Amino acid sequence: MSNSNIDQRKIVFTIVAWSVGILIFFPILWTFLTSFKTEAEAIASPPVFLGFDWTMENYGEVQERSNYFRHFWNSIVISVGSTLLGLLIAIPAAWAMAFVPAKRTKDVLMWMLSTKMLPPVGVLIPIYLIFRDTGLLDTRTGLVLVLTMINLPIIIWMLYTYFKEIPGEILEAARMDGATLFAEIVHVLTPMAVPGIASTLLLNIILAWNEAFWTLNLSAADAAPLTAFIASYSSPEGLFYAKLSAASTMAIAPILIMGWFSQKQLVRGLTFGAVK
Amino acid sequence: MKKFTRALIGATILSMIAAPALAETLTIATVNNGDMVRMQKLTDDFTAKNPGIELEWVTLEENVLRQRVTTDVATKGGQYDVMTIGTYEVPIWGQKGWLVSLNDLPASYDIDDILPAIRGGLTVDDNLYAAPFYGESSMVMYRKDLMEKAGMEMPDAPTWDFIAKAARAMTDKNNEIYGVCLRGKAGWGENMAFLTATSNSFGAKWFDMDWNPQFDSEPWKKTLNFYIDLMNDAGPPGASSNGFNENLALFQSGKCGMWIDATVAASFVTDPENSKVADKVGFALAPDAGLGKRGNWLWAWSLAIPAGTQKMESAKKFVAWATSKEYLDLVAAEEGWANVPPGTRASLYANPEYAKVPFAKMTIDSINSADPKNPTVDPVPYVGVQFVAIPEFQGIATSVGQQFSAALAGNITADQALSNAQALTERSMKKAGYIK
Amino acid sequence: MATTHSRFAARFMISPAVILLLGWMIIPLSMTIYFSFLNYNLLSPGMEEFIGFTNYEFFLTDPAFFAALGNTILLVVGVLLITIVGGIALALLLDQPMWGQGIVRILVIAPFFVMPTVSALVWKNMFMNPVNGLFAHAAKAIGLQPFDFFAHAPLSSIIIIVAWQWLPFATLILLTALQSLDQEQLEAAKMDGARKVSRFVHIILPHMSRAITVVILIQTIFLLSIFAEILVTTNGGPGYASTNITYLVYAQSLLQFDVGGGSAGGIVAVILANIVAIFLMRMIGKNLEA
Repeated sequence: MSNSNIDQRKIVFTIVAWSVGILIFFPILWTFLTSFKTEAEAIASPPVFLGFDWTMENYGEVQERSNYFRHFWNSIVISVGSTLLGLLIAIPAAWAMAFVPAKRTKDVLMWMLSTKMLPPVGVLIPIYLIFRDTGLLDTRTGLVLVLTMINLPIIIWMLYTYFKEIPGEILEAARMDGATLFAEIVHVLTPMAVPGIASTLLLNIILAWNEAFWTLNLSAADAAPLTAFIASYSSPEGLFYAKLSAASTMAIAPILIMGWFSQKQLVRGLTFGAVK
Repeated sequence: MKKFTRALIGATILSMIAAPALAETLTIATVNNGDMVRMQKLTDDFTAKNPGIELEWVTLEENVLRQRVTTDVATKGGQYDVMTIGTYEVPIWGQKGWLVSLNDLPASYDIDDILPAIRGGLTVDDNLYAAPFYGESSMVMYRKDLMEKAGMEMPDAPTWDFIAKAARAMTDKNNEIYGVCLRGKAGWGENMAFLTATSNSFGAKWFDMDWNPQFDSEPWKKTLNFYIDLMNDAGPPGASSNGFNENLALFQSGKCGMWIDATVAASFVTDPENSKVADKVGFALAPDAGLGKRGNWLWAWSLAIPAGTQKMESAKKFVAWATSKEYLDLVAAEEGWANVPPGTRASLYANPEYAKVPFAKMTIDSINSADPKNPTVDPVPYVGVQFVAIPEFQGIATSVGQQFSAALAGNITADQALSNAQALTERSMKKAGYIK
Repeated sequence: MATTHSRFAARFMISPAVILLLGWMIIPLSMTIYFSFLNYNLLSPGMEEFIGFTNYEFFLTDPAFFAALGNTILLVVGVLLITIVGGIALALLLDQPMWGQGIVRILVIAPFFVMPTVSALVWKNMFMNPVNGLFAHAAKAIGLQPFDFFAHAPLSSIIIIVAWQWLPFATLILLTALQSLDQEQLEAAKMDGARKVSRFVHIILPHMSRAITVVILIQTIFLLSIFAEILVTTNGGPGYASTNITYLVYAQSLLQFDVGGGSAGGIVAVILANIVAIFLMRMIGKNLEA
């Protein structure tokens, strides 16, 4: 194969891949562009791509109507809080399953995953009543707890698949040196599993950030995250494409930017043990 | 690593700290309609007059709002101090004792100024259980220019035959002009509000005096076939997913010749900032079929206080402020008379300034012509024009709405939709114990 | 290696997770089972009475139930097919030499970060709307009638939206698997004169099979409870054309406020989900042990 032949292939693949990439990304790009149009331009026929008067008006109007930063902050607290709490519970459990496997370990793991298949609507009323009686309605604590429970099975499973890849001899050696169980986890296991923990953390922040059923139904004002913020734009009166776009952009931008910056870490661990 | 652990624990604890406590904060659940959004912007006036009361808004889309507040009030969750609810909920909730009576609002509030039709719908056993924020009926909004082009003239009180003829004449699909835009999106407050009100004018009814569903009756057949034929000939594409908001957007962008919908829409379609056709809109009463009933509904978005709130006094202050004459004046001063929340107070319609608003007269005439106590041609055991005030109605009507929406989309025939509707309504009424 | 000491420690470490999940499952579930035998409408509190299996009878004989069951399966299978076939194709493409690979990858994974509600709203209004949507504009530009997605192909439209959201996830996992493929083995196959197709069928695909299983498992868990996309776009209609089991349970318990009926539906959904789960676990177990 000659050099120019390789270059030619590279050019072709670059063009194809970029086209596909832009196609997939296009809905987000279009939303972003529309958020800077006036309502009239947003539905103009034929549509305008870039040649419009860019305006920030929609963002101003959205902010005037709803306190974006409070929703934003609630989203951060709830998604990060539930993920950290989940990790705190999941790391020991995953450790135990990976290094001290019992006969039933696999079954326990599968049972945990199956709890995720409970349709949330079926148990909303019971949870609502429990939350009312414990004063957890519309509190961030309550939402942190619920999202922790929802994502715990995924967290445990992801961590388990990681920990299993770590050779047992290293732990054995540490134990020979007289390390306690705690020290073993903190000083030996955790550093080795950092990529796995990092991507578990990232994936769960994304899942928690986008969770819309529980966060919407168990919050009112104080704890309402961005999913509730977007619920007030889902079909407002009149022309609303531009305002909807602005609100959408505001709701997804933080997590999108976080995802882009951390995509290397996310990808490194997003294997679920599927790669040997 | 120790640092990491500590940070982890620290962050978790941080996330557990609840929201900071404030003096007295009212949590108000409301719908994301234009008038409510405007109220939200004007709350400085309230907080300035009532120091020590803070307002917290929860603005939601109509269906989400309804689901949230109903769950909360029925389970006594206590998440909201003021709820925005409609004419359908108030009688049911009031009867169950879920709402605080508003009979003791101060004299300056002038309760007798509230339009009798609206007030009647919000009163149970002489107790006013919600204060109307805005009231609405439905009417025809049409494009004068297109009507002229079609060589026709809209009477003040048109018949369905006229509407059908005009709609077909105005339609010009090549230029994306559709003669009539009507609701098609499934939902008891969407297509069923329109179709139930329309069916009244065709002589149909939901139930006979023994609560037997009537979808197998001739008038319903006529109603549904008329609607589907008309929409196929003169309606916009995608009508089966168009609700109020979608149709408003279509009308504002100049794509509808006529639109039969809520009277509040009048101020949006005549607003030059958001409507391309602001100066070309005319109004007429909802059509009839010569049977003595018009196809217009009656609704009032109202503010109610759930029983058991700790903050009743402040909540009452807020409700009184938001539905007062002074609030109407405030909106008029800030945003002009056309944007005042309509349809609640007689004094507003006596105001010569307001009479200059092009849709004022048609709105009040429409409201006055609706009669929730006698909605249909034949007697019925229920109240409500575009709804039946029983708890089961919203579930049943939403399922029926799905069937009618499927018929509009052409997935099933009108007859199939009606027989499905009959069957599912019978099932639900049996389950709820109305019929054996 | 496992001593009694560490076995005890392991039990101790695993117990918080197990107890919490058990509580999370059992407490609401037993309340739901209890409710499912009551005539319990949220709007008529205090009138609850025991009615045996009536709620189940009504739910299972509802014509909507079978429609919803079929739609649930179609939705899950449809999205899985698109994301796995598309994911493999994209993974193979992204694995080729090119300029700006990192940026392309960023573009491709972006939909995964978008809230389901937002993506449904954007697709519904700005793309699939038959009057003002971009697809309608495109159709008109080439002289076609705009297609009315949510009236004539509601379920397919929802499948497209959901597949768009999950394609990045499948692509990422499959790409990682692909990149871990032993290059020497591939080179050797090339030397032996194996053609591209046979290389793909005999080496690449078997290597990715575990990754594919993982994608199926994870996505199925999430796809069974698809809800927001339906609520925002079609409300389950027209008719029952896009109602899935989750949406049907929602309609029962939160549109009709029939907590009893909704609970019965919830229990039916749990049973169905567990059948799927057992089936999946078998498959995964086989594939993951190997």
